[in-house]
Amino acid sequence: MNQLSGGFADPARDAAQAFRAVLEAMARPGTIQTVAGGRVPGLSGAAATVLLTLTDATTPLHLAGGFATDDIGRWIAFHIGAPLVAAGDAVFALGTWDDLQPVTRFGIGQPSYPDRSATLIVETADLSNQGPRLTGPGIRDSIRLSLPETDAFRANRALFPLGFDTILTCGDRLAALPRTTIVEDV
Amino acid sequence: MSDYNFAYLDEQTKRMIRRALLKALAIPGYQVPFASREMPMPYGWGTGGVQVTAACLTPHDRLKVIDQGADDTTNAVSIRRFFQRTAGVEVTERTAEATVIQTRHRIPEHPLTEGQILVYQVPIPEPLRFLEPRETETRKMHELEEYGLMHVKLYEDIARHGEIATSYAYPVRVEGRYVMDPSPIPKFDNPKLAGNPAIQLFGAGRESRIYALPPYSDVVSLDFEDHPFVASKADHDCDLCGAGSSYLDEVITDDRGSRMFVCSDTDFCNSRQAEGHRGRLSTEAA
Repeated sequence: MNQLSGGFADPARDAAQAFRAVLEAMARPGTIQTVAGGRVPGLSGAAATVLLTLTDATTPLHLAGGFATDDIGRWIAFHIGAPLVAAGDAVFALGTWDDLQPVTRFGIGQPSYPDRSATLIVETADLSNQGPRLTGPGIRDSIRLSLPETDAFRANRALFPLGFDTILTCGDRLAALPRTTIVEDV
Repeated sequence: MSDYNFAYLDEQTKRMIRRALLKALAIPGYQVPFASREMPMPYGWGTGGVQVTAACLTPHDRLKVIDQGADDTTNAVSIRRFFQRTAGVEVTERTAEATVIQTRHRIPEHPLTEGQILVYQVPIPEPLRFLEPRETETRKMHELEEYGLMHVKLYEDIARHGEIATSYAYPVRVEGRYVMDPSPIPKFDNPKLAGNPAIQLFGAGRESRIYALPPYSDVVSLDFEDHPFVASKADHDCDLCGAGSSYLDEVITDDRGSRMFVCSDTDFCNSRQAEGHRGRLSTEAA
């Protein structure tokens, strides 16, 4: 596969469907959505699709750890054009949870502009509705989600209205964890 | 097939709006600035709502557009046609059948469900704007949770009128943090903002702001212990369908003081009439 393939076949409609899944995921933290469209070696389909849907030349992107590969870099340069930057300058960051440590490197916004914060796209080996309990806006009672850890998300929640937002990807599935979600080990 | 890109806007604009929508959902009630585009309709006709709808629509959606509850007014008809033409989506007037509902100043009577998105058209997104005209100051007030001025305004209502006279665009506090303008919906609709299973998105085109309420959000209308919030409506039943619990419009019917009250939500009223409900002024032939 070369870097010219792996984009949306029908960009407007494919991006619309992918965004709708991401919107549902962010609005209903912990729910698992399925997306399709993006393909690049070394990256899950969901992460590639999220990048195609949300990032472009105006969104500095940080590739953490093993994701700063030539394959991924060339694919991003052709399909997205996002400038690749250091963690502190990133609007979007991509990596496994271990790659992204320490997550305190990423932008949490300013008190007057809390929206100017990073969104982390976290590649995970397992994504299921098991594990820590989530409560908060978008969740009727509670839901469980397999998270890489809970302490970092609890610390992030304590910063509200500041904080980063997280999209967890695994294969063609994704879930989101906005800064408002309260995470508890049970 | 039209020559427009799907849902009119170009892809880079949609990505920009989509990023703003995600941040808006992550910070409920906070107004996210976005680069609002000129749309092929004047400001005040729902350019903010149209941009949010365009960024959310998928080819499989069924769109409903209402203006003050009505599906058949100029604003609603023109926006519905706009998306039929530019996105090729199906449209409906039935609240229960719609997946995306763009609304000007009402929340439908029929309860919304998961899987539905309600998009509000917002003229002035800043609830503090009429109290403090400077954006630099209102931004600071939100930053510091300095909302005393809003309570002073509601108190002055009580001092002058004996009750809180604000009847629409009634300010709410979201998740105990941001005070938010729910757009000029009647305060009768305010209780439906809270704990709603649908995603609620707000777009203000001229003012370049997007904000949102995730499903099941905690939304409280501001009030006082001794003057609690009351979701008021005209003290009548609908004259066409007899509904006693829906929000009513008062319609002047001649120049001798005759008037009638009808449901502002046309789909709700028509559905009830189709089920055989009748009001005071229904003709038997109806």
